[in-house]
Amino acid sequence: MIRASGPGSLLVIVPAWNEEGAIAQVVQDVRRSVPDVPVLVIDDCSTDNTIRRAREAGADILALPHHLGLGGCVQAGYKLAFELGFDYVIRVDGDGQHDACDIPRIFERLKNSGCEMVIGSRYVGGAGMHESGLRGLGIRLFRRVLRPILGRWVYDPTSGFVGVNRAALDVFSRSFPLDYPEIEALVVLQRRRFRFEELPCKMHPRRTGRSSITPTKSMYYIFHVLMGVFINVLRYESRFHRKPKGG
Amino acid sequence: MQSLLQITTVLSVCLLLVVFISVRREHIRVEYSVTWFLASVFMLLLSRARPMLDFATRHFGIPDTPLTLFLTIGSIFVIMFFRLSMIISSLRDDNIALAQRVAILEFHIQSLRERE
Repeated sequence: MIRASGPGSLLVIVPAWNEEGAIAQVVQDVRRSVPDVPVLVIDDCSTDNTIRRAREAGADILALPHHLGLGGCVQAGYKLAFELGFDYVIRVDGDGQHDACDIPRIFERLKNSGCEMVIGSRYVGGAGMHESGLRGLGIRLFRRVLRPILGRWVYDPTSGFVGVNRAALDVFSRSFPLDYPEIEALVVLQRRRFRFEELPCKMHPRRTGRSSITPTKSMYYIFHVLMGVFINVLRYESRFHRKPKGG
Repeated sequence: MQSLLQITTVLSVCLLLVVFISVRREHIRVEYSVTWFLASVFMLLLSRARPMLDFATRHFGIPDTPLTLFLTIGSIFVIMFFRLSMIISSLRDDNIALAQRVAILEFHIQSLRERE
């Protein structure tokens, strides 16, 4: 059973939907990388053996009663982590693209930097900056759109390899973008004057299955996310804003 | 123009009947049928009030009376669809929150069972 082990406790969450081919390896990699840290697989109502494979690999399971999509799935994990009293949560995708060896570095940075969120980035420092195709175009577009909103460059805004502390967990457990959450989540944090950092991380090609974002969905994705970003910019929830120091 | 108004009358009566039958068979809830009843009654009244349409056409400088009829009915349905989108969005949010709650409670129940 998952339980926060005290101050500084970490939970690794793995949102998964029909990832029976990859989930066991992902869970095992995480457990090898951070042996004492509980792993929670959030199953978004898979129709295959994702739950069984994850359980056999040693993960705890949060099984959603019907398919909610990535945002709803991740938020369920954040809500449970917050309720159980965890101070840090790191999200790893269930398709095996994220390298579990990077989890300790993200955790260290979360604890030591005082940032509310640390993003495992493929592109920070210029690596892989010139990705071709529609995906590269989309990432470059989002970088430019986010630059004036966030007041700084974010090199890998679509990365799902993120760690958050309890303050961000509190916000995300109440308000989290539902469909394509990564980019909008940055704006949600920025609106509350939270800080984030990017940390260079390795990414692998997905082990099995197909990405939920197919080329045909890409245009819709770009439009949807841009809408979400601008709406989040316009939305003002004063009760979440921090008071300036000395103010 | 007269035949257009007659078609609108027939359509609005059909809509009234469909809404009434749907409510009676509980295919739509009463609170959501009210908007449809109001829209179909409004369509019916409009189709039987030619002078009013002519007045609106002149008053707003619309070139054609059928266009006034089309614009008025179109506006009503746009408002209705927008209201329904708001209701659907709210229901979806509730549904997601509820599904998450169910999953978390089931997780707690499972944990308690394991502890016993």
